[in-house]
Order: sequence, then structure tokens, then C-alpha cells
Amino acid sequence: MAQVSIQDSEIDIVIGAVQSDLTSFMEEWRPIFSRYHLIIVKDPDLKEELKVAGGFNVNVYTKSDIDRVVGSSSSTVLFSGYSCRYFGYLMSRKKYIISVDDDCSLAKDNKGNMIDIVAQHVSNLTTPATPFFFNTLFDPYRKGADFVRGYPFSLRNGVACALSCGLWLNLADYDAPTQALKPGHRNYRYVDAVLTVPTRMMMPVSGINIGFDRELVGPALLPALRLAAEGKFRWETVEDIWCGMCVKVVCDHMGIGVKSGLPYVWREERGDAVESLKKEWEGVKLMEEVVPFFQSLRLSKAAVSAEQCVVEMAAAVKERLGPVDPVFARAADAMVNWIKLWKVAGSQTAVA
Amino acid sequence: MAVASVSPTPLLKDELDIVIPTIRNLDFLEMWRPFFQQYHLIIVQDGDPSKVIKVPEGFDYELYNRNDINRILGPKASCISFKDSACRCFGYMVSKKKYIYTIDDDCFVAKNPSGEEINALEQHIKNLLSPSTPFFYNTLYDPYREGADFVRGYPFSLREGVPTAVSHGLWLNIPDYDAPTQLVKPRERNTRYVDAVMTIPKGTLFPMCGMNLAFNRELIGPAMYFGLMGDGQPIGRYDDMWAGWCIKVICDHLGLGVKTGLPYIWHSKASNPFVNLKKEYKGIYWQEELIPFFQSATLPKDCTTVQKCYIELSKQVKAKLGKVDDYFLKLADAMVTWIEAWDELNPSEGDSAELANGVGKLTI
Repeated sequence: MAQVSIQDSEIDIVIGAVQSDLTSFMEEWRPIFSRYHLIIVKDPDLKEELKVAGGFNVNVYTKSDIDRVVGSSSSTVLFSGYSCRYFGYLMSRKKYIISVDDDCSLAKDNKGNMIDIVAQHVSNLTTPATPFFFNTLFDPYRKGADFVRGYPFSLRNGVACALSCGLWLNLADYDAPTQALKPGHRNYRYVDAVLTVPTRMMMPVSGINIGFDRELVGPALLPALRLAAEGKFRWETVEDIWCGMCVKVVCDHMGIGVKSGLPYVWREERGDAVESLKKEWEGVKLMEEVVPFFQSLRLSKAAVSAEQCVVEMAAAVKERLGPVDPVFARAADAMVNWIKLWKVAGSQTAVA
Repeated sequence: MAVASVSPTPLLKDELDIVIPTIRNLDFLEMWRPFFQQYHLIIVQDGDPSKVIKVPEGFDYELYNRNDINRILGPKASCISFKDSACRCFGYMVSKKKYIYTIDDDCFVAKNPSGEEINALEQHIKNLLSPSTPFFYNTLYDPYREGADFVRGYPFSLREGVPTAVSHGLWLNIPDYDAPTQLVKPRERNTRYVDAVMTIPKGTLFPMCGMNLAFNRELIGPAMYFGLMGDGQPIGRYDDMWAGWCIKVICDHLGLGVKTGLPYIWHSKASNPFVNLKKEYKGIYWQEELIPFFQSATLPKDCTTVQKCYIELSKQVKAKLGKVDDYFLKLADAMVTWIEAWDELNPSEGDSAELANGVGKLTI
């Protein structure tokens, strides 16, 4: 399969700075990131000054930028903590966005080579996805693979891939109870596969390491589900899980794909699962409501674009989940506000 | 919470049969001896029944040729294919064990990236004895594997999983491509070892290959009919595909799981792509109708056993696929004959285990 060649200028790397000193992070990623444009968004709650490494083509956004664009200080709640990265998605004008947490570093593959996560995410996004029938040899577009016997020919063109979900070595993205129970548990298994997550199958998308096609699904990557005690460790958030399910519903509805698997990042040791668990377990409870809701969610034929899909989803969230817990009613409002904001500040015609 | 598997995998040597269809010879068993010798083999000899197929010394086995199949099944033998490895499903029917592993006679022991020989049977047993997770995708693959777990966001209420009915293994070296792909890429070899097992999601179909396959016969056996192929039939090389679509619809309905991925075997023989093309030709067109049929097939609530599901499916095949080709009318009848034969040969089992809410016991 001929690889579509993508210009570096079509890619933005968006980093949400939850830590104030990004210099070692940026040095670590310099071999991979330096050729691309970077957008760094500083968590508006961070009091310390942001430190970045030199020699990058970078735009930095801080609380004052967020206030300026969003227009009111209450809206900066929308972008606090890990959600600051969504402001970067809003500001970007590129087709592809790659985003990693600021506590990740370069991983090595099973042959000992440094993993270029940008190249892999872009490869995932620019080769078709195959959500309608499972290929047992995984991604058929990878070199050395193909569709297997029994795979219908009419489905071999595939569909566009809108989201690429990468994985993590060392500290995997487990929830707090799991990591607390197995404090020494680390992920060392390098699984050399990318696969399309089948249509109608919901999944937990981890925001730690993703790439997406902003033109196709940008509006659906949104900050909405904010836990009451949301914190600065991934164990204390579910915002990306919520957002990932929104994107999956949108992709399933629009007949486009989501891939999961390579590339891997190396996730540094940070935080204490037991402490996080003591503080925040609401997210784990909420999943019991969230998952069945998204599994059964169907959008109308009138929802054609990602924006329209999000608006419909927000209404469904308000109606069906709102009564269950106020956090959902707030999420629905956040989704509506996000789309308004996107129209004003995020669309291609808006001034960056 | 995933169960950490610290204890050794049980051998299940009195609970598992290895079913091998063959028309050539069983020389490949020598390489498998360290892994297979403790198990009972069921050899289904295809082709000329007067040919003597020698089984290597030291194996405990029963062997059935076409004369045996005709004798045992009488007129019902018409549902068992001739001159096609689909005949292997006769072995499933006569087995008295809980688990089946089936393997082709051109499949050998593969090595993992560390150079160690892979005990494929042991991995299949691990897959079958641990639950599946068809309702929500786990991004770290099988959460029950040592070293893995459920990721953040995975609902706790879904972490018990469901019983695993099928374990679908893969192949290094000669990949399982169809004839057109073989013709275009005659030299392509599968050299990528993907260190993962995963559950195929509910509602998703897949192409099931019978080369390296294990299943829980008590949970899904009656649905593992490999169809009418080979001599006198318009199609070949769709036996396992047909079974795979049927079992997936039924597993989804009954709340059972299907896993795919490890273990790998080494597939040594590339069959002739021109011969394959002739066999597959009709299938390539027909599958465009078959896939939408299976994707939209629903089974009524009162189909609570595999046999009931399968009979119901056969009715739908007759009603909806008959217009694609008369072959499907014959196939629908053969599906019924198969169930009748299965029930005759397995009377004490009665209907295969009924599952309440699709949750069975983990048997270790």
C-alpha cells in the first residue's frame, strides 16, 4: 500500500504542561519533536513560571491567553489541569495533532530502536482503518501484513482513520485501585501491533499518547467530564476516557475509524496510586454509568459533522445522565460551550 | 481485577482431544511429540480409505477414514465433507472430551522471539481457561495474562468477563492468505510475532482459520460444523470461515467469548494458489452476501442452547441465502443433519450447557 506522504507542516505537537519545568521533557523529545511546530499550553492553575527548552518552533499559551480567547475566567475551569491541552487543540490549525503527557519519554521498540511516535501516529492516521470486520493479522496495511483469507473484498478499501491511540511501557495507564493493589506492576510487554477498534465497540481512550485528525474529529476531542476532586495525576482524572468515548461514537456514526496499539511511550514514575485512591475514586464509580450510556448512544442522520454529533451527544448526556449525577449535567453544558467556542475560535476560518 | 496466574497451566490431558485431519501423512507429529504425546488424538483420514496412514509410535489415538464415517453416521454421513479438511469436524462430533484442539498436518512448532519453542497447546489452554471480555475493549489486550490488567476507565462490573469458548491461534511463515493475495504476494511471509491475545468484540465478525484452533466443546461444539466442501461441492476453503461466522453469532448471543492472537505455530506449506483460486472463486463472491447476513443475524431469546441457536441459524440460512445459490439450501439441510448426528452420538450430554446470563464458572 503506497504511503501518503505528509508534510511536517501539517502536524502540530500539543503538550499540556501540568508540570512547570518542561526543559528535560523537551530535551528528551528533541530528536523526534524538533522538526515540528509545538504548541505548549500551561495549566492555568500552575503558579510557577513555565520553563521551556530553546531551539524549538513553539507557541506557548498561558492563562492570560486562555482568558483572552475564552472570554471569561469561569471558562478557564474548562482548561485546568490535564484539560489545558484542549486549548492547544483549539488553537491549532494543522490537520494532524499528536499529544503526549509531560511525564512521558522516548521508549524503545523490541529491537532496541528509539520509537518515533509522530511517524507511527501519522502512519496510523494516514492508512485506512477497518472497523467493519476483524483482520486476524491486525493492521493489514502494515508492511509484511495483509488481509487474511475470508476477509470480504468489498471491505478492503477501509475507511479514514481519525484517532490513533498509543500505549505505554513502564507505568501503564491503570486506574488507582489496580495500581495501588499491585504497586510494583509495570508493563514491559511490547506488542508489535496496530489494530482498528471495531465499530460499536467502546473503549477507554487514554489521553497520555494520542494522535488525531483535527479536520475530521477535532471538535469531538473536548474537555467535559471533570471530577469534583480532579487532580494533577492521571489516576485522578477521567476526562480523556469521556472524550475518547465521544470520539468513538462520532467515528462509528460517521463510518470512520479508530486505531489502537503502536506507538509506545515510556511513562515515568510519578505520584502515588494509594494517595490518589484515597483522594479520588469517583471516576471509577462513574464509569459504571458512562459506559452503558455510550454503548447504547445512537445519533440521528441529521448529524453529519463532528460539531453536530457533539451537540446531539450533549443533549443526550443532559437528558439521560444529567439526572444521575450533577457532574454529567456539567459535562453536557461544557460540551455545548465547547462547540460554541470551537465555532468562534477553533474553526479554520477563525483567526488563530 | 485480573487474576494473577502464578500456578502452572493444567495439562487437561484427560479433558482434551487433538483432532487432526490428514490426507497425506502424520510425519509432522514427530516435532510435536513433546507437547502432544500425553493427549489423545483423533485422526480423521480424508480421501482414499484404503490408504494406510501410519501414526508415529507412542501416540494414543483413534483413526477414522471415510468408511468409518459412513458406517457410524449412516445416511447422515452426507453432512461430512469429502476431499476437504472440513471433514475434521467429524472428529469434534465423536470426541468425548470437554476441549478440542485442531491443527493442520503442515503446521509445526514455532519459536518465540527469544528462540524458545512455543507450546501452542499450553497457550490455547490458558486462553480457554481465562475469561473473555467482549463488551468493552481493553487497550492492553488480554487483561488476564500475566503482566497485564484492565486499564483506567474499564468498568469494574465488566471485569469478571465471560467464559471463553474459542481460542484462535495464528501462524508464522506462510500466512493464511486467500488465492488472489497469494498470487500477488507469493513471497510474503509473516515474520511479525505479536505478543498479544485479545477478545474479539461482541458484534464483530472475523475470519476463523482452522489451522491452529481450540475450543470448549461443551460450550460451543455443536456449532463447529465445517460445512459442505470439497468433492461434489461448488466451493472449498470456506469451511472454517463458515464455522467461524456461525460460532461468532452464537457466542455473541449466548454471552461467550472468542479470543485471537497467541499462540503461533509455524505454517510450512503454501498450497497452490491456482488450485486455491478454483476452490475459493465462488466464495469470494458469495461472502459479499454472507457477511451482511451474519452481521444482521439475530437469534430469538428462546434459543438458549447451542443446538437451538444452530437450528435457528440454519432456518435463516435457508430463508435468506437460498436465493444466493441452491448450495445454501443444501448447506442449511446439512446443518440440521449435523445437529441430529451430534445429538445421536452425544446423547448423555443432552443440549450443551445452558448458560444463565451468559456467566459460567471458571474451571481451573
